[in-house]
Amino acid sequence: MKELLLIIVGSALVNNVVLSQFLGLCPFLGVSKSTNTAAGMGGAVIFVITLASFVTGVIYKLILVPLDLTYLQTIVFILIIAALVQFVEMFLKKSVPSLYQALGVYLPLITTNCAVLGVALLNVQKEYNILQGTVNGFATAVGFTISIILMASIREKIRYNDIPKAFQGFPIVLITAGLMSIAFFGFSGLI
Amino acid sequence: MKANSPSERLFNGIIKENPTFVLMLGMCPTLAITTSASNGIGMGLTTTVILAASNLMISLLRNFIPDRVRMPAYIVVVASFVTVVQLLLQGFIPSLYSSLGIYIPLIVVNCIILGRAEAYASKHAPVASLFDGIGMGLGFTLSITCIGIVRELIGAGKIFGLQVLPLADAAAGKVGYEPITIFILAPGAFFVLALLSAIQNKLRIGAAKRGIDPSNPDCGGSCASCGNTLCKGKEAAVK
Repeated sequence: MKELLLIIVGSALVNNVVLSQFLGLCPFLGVSKSTNTAAGMGGAVIFVITLASFVTGVIYKLILVPLDLTYLQTIVFILIIAALVQFVEMFLKKSVPSLYQALGVYLPLITTNCAVLGVALLNVQKEYNILQGTVNGFATAVGFTISIILMASIREKIRYNDIPKAFQGFPIVLITAGLMSIAFFGFSGLI
Repeated sequence: MKANSPSERLFNGIIKENPTFVLMLGMCPTLAITTSASNGIGMGLTTTVILAASNLMISLLRNFIPDRVRMPAYIVVVASFVTVVQLLLQGFIPSLYSSLGIYIPLIVVNCIILGRAEAYASKHAPVASLFDGIGMGLGFTLSITCIGIVRELIGAGKIFGLQVLPLADAAAGKVGYEPITIFILAPGAFFVLALLSAIQNKLRIGAAKRGIDPSNPDCGGSCASCGNTLCKGKEAAVK
């Protein structure tokens, strides 16, 4: 139990997926214009990453390792993730239309989100078992959601500020991300 | 230069549509592995090889892949080449393999590769696509090496591992350079890229004032636009 708690704190705050590992940077910069869409994206990411790290964990442990095919992990993982995203999209559309309405636009974007593949590969690299891997996936996604919502709320305020012309748009967002990343260094004392 | 000739493709990839500074694609490796110039070159060349090979392969297969399943097909092609390159690096250049770590398999989801497959290789002849891949790859290598040099110089006073700025040594009373370590840590990546793109913005504003049309296929500056068909249409229209 203590070990799982350490994984959660470590992945969500200390080694924040966006601010210290640069995974999932693309939606972090692209979909952080308003808090609502950021929360939607965060929700979709939590859902997909948790599911994906569970499924990739099961397939890695039960199929790839016994058959000695671990060198195929990259191909297998990316196909699983792409198929999973498609499947989740179809499932939600059919059975939970309200959730589909909320997450719909973000789901296809998640396939190219490097955080999903990154977590699956990190789980293998750190030799987590299936439970630890799933918890790690969930915590990583929560970390992503925390940072993208923080970023979106800062960006909503930045809009009213007087920013030098050259720094408008992309550069000021990056500088904000850098400052947030420094702030997240503070969490490294937690473990 | 003739359109789609090898030299035009190389020029286009390295200067005109530089993937990092102009198209703003592939930000994750750009920020993550540029802690030193040699990492930048290693990552850049690895990506170039994969990009050229997958562009060539996808262009050869472009008449056989059904339109509806083209994305999964491209992903499989790219992932296969990534696996091949990963095993080669592990066998022959283990030092680079360990310093790039998880970012080698993550080349699969690098938007530059899928972006070029979709926007160029699926519509053009094999030779032009091969050179498009090489050009884009070299453009990427050039820009991430530049970012690597800036970060390594400010953060450690080194370039390519060579100490260019003599370090200060308080104990020996030696005056010298105090490295700003934050630049080789995570926040430094954001700051350096922010400054570089601010400079680029500045140049673009200047160009607009002088009446030069600053239009380029920049789509709001992130990979999220990879999934954005509007951007792709715009990019295709530019060609």
